[in-house]
Amino acid sequence: MVTATTISTQAVWQILEQVADPEIPVLTISDMGIVRDVKLNGDEVEVIITPTYTGCPAMDMIAMQIKMALLENGYPKIKVTSVLSPAWSTDWMTEEGKRKLKDYGIAPPQPEPGRFERPGSFHVQCPLCNSSNTKCISEFGSTACKALYQCNDCKEPFDYFKCH
Amino acid sequence: MKSSLIDYTLHLADSNLILAQRNAEWCGHGPVLEQDIAITNISLDLLGQSRNFYQYAATLIGHEATEDSLAYLRTEREFKNCLLAEQPNGDWAQTVLRQFFFSAYQSLLYEKLQTGNDEQIAAIAAKALKEVAYHQRWSSEWVIRLGDGTEESHDRMLKAMDELWRYTGELFIAADFELQAGFDVALLKEGWMKKVTSVFEEATLPIPPLGGGGAVFMQTGGKTGVHTEHLGYILTELQYLQRAYPNAQW
Repeated sequence: MVTATTISTQAVWQILEQVADPEIPVLTISDMGIVRDVKLNGDEVEVIITPTYTGCPAMDMIAMQIKMALLENGYPKIKVTSVLSPAWSTDWMTEEGKRKLKDYGIAPPQPEPGRFERPGSFHVQCPLCNSSNTKCISEFGSTACKALYQCNDCKEPFDYFKCH
Repeated sequence: MKSSLIDYTLHLADSNLILAQRNAEWCGHGPVLEQDIAITNISLDLLGQSRNFYQYAATLIGHEATEDSLAYLRTEREFKNCLLAEQPNGDWAQTVLRQFFFSAYQSLLYEKLQTGNDEQIAAIAAKALKEVAYHQRWSSEWVIRLGDGTEESHDRMLKAMDELWRYTGELFIAADFELQAGFDVALLKEGWMKKVTSVFEEATLPIPPLGGGGAVFMQTGGKTGVHTEHLGYILTELQYLQRAYPNAQW
């Protein structure tokens, strides 16, 4: 068992790096930038997370997975706190995370000209053939964080992880 | 001051919850799969935003209030949502127009609230604004597609206008709790008209005046609990389980 004297935040971060995102299992919650901080309050470990979207149904699952991962590694007292500010942004996604997304067939988030600009004013690169000749099928995809696109060149439909 | 802040937070929560419930009625009934997914995604975002506001309201109220008790156990007259949110889905034209009116308003509202004095409301607004930007983008596209589409789709947009325009005036008439705990929403009217005008022009739809000469009569009352007949039916369905089986969990 891990005791107060042997707990280090670095060890906790290492464990959290193994926790996968339940909806995009190729990414870890660290890749996603969901974990904001780790604090030690005596023998209690507090993990501070932030939701990707306000209605993201994966957040409860993520909190549970964090607790399970830390319990399995011998941490007896765990608290998961959710904070809203500053609001989560895809800018916090690691480069490693973006690369993993592309390899998985999901176009990673890219800078967009403006928050209210309608699709068509920017081009998303196809994660399969790298063509920029793509079209938006729908602004909303299989999860809150993705949009549906199709490549005009290789014709493959794909998910785009929205810039947020 | 505290009771105004509670009412204000509930008002923000209620509008989101009721529109989320309305949009969720499309689940499994959307015109095509992609749009069924889109409207229910928007519903999920609004539900998430309402949860954040209810959770905050519950901490302000204290005692045994929870986000669930606020959503499931208040009566029709206690709900403070704007009337626009509770209007029926009608056809797809009416649903997308309702969403566009609301999202254009909500994006301006959140832009203002994210720099407000109340830290928690500001945090929720800053977070939610990113989601609402997509709602506005999506609904603008649909208003343009249908307005500038076929004769049939254009007529349906005109009919949707007739149904919904009279509920837009209320958005910009501040209730007492808004003036005390928020700001005067009349300030948003000009920006909203600008957004509506730009999308309607592209959609080849006529732009009616909002208030003033020649304006249609505007319905009000939602913010103070005087609703159209539709809200009672929504709550009957939304609250059924908790009313029939108190404290049920699953």
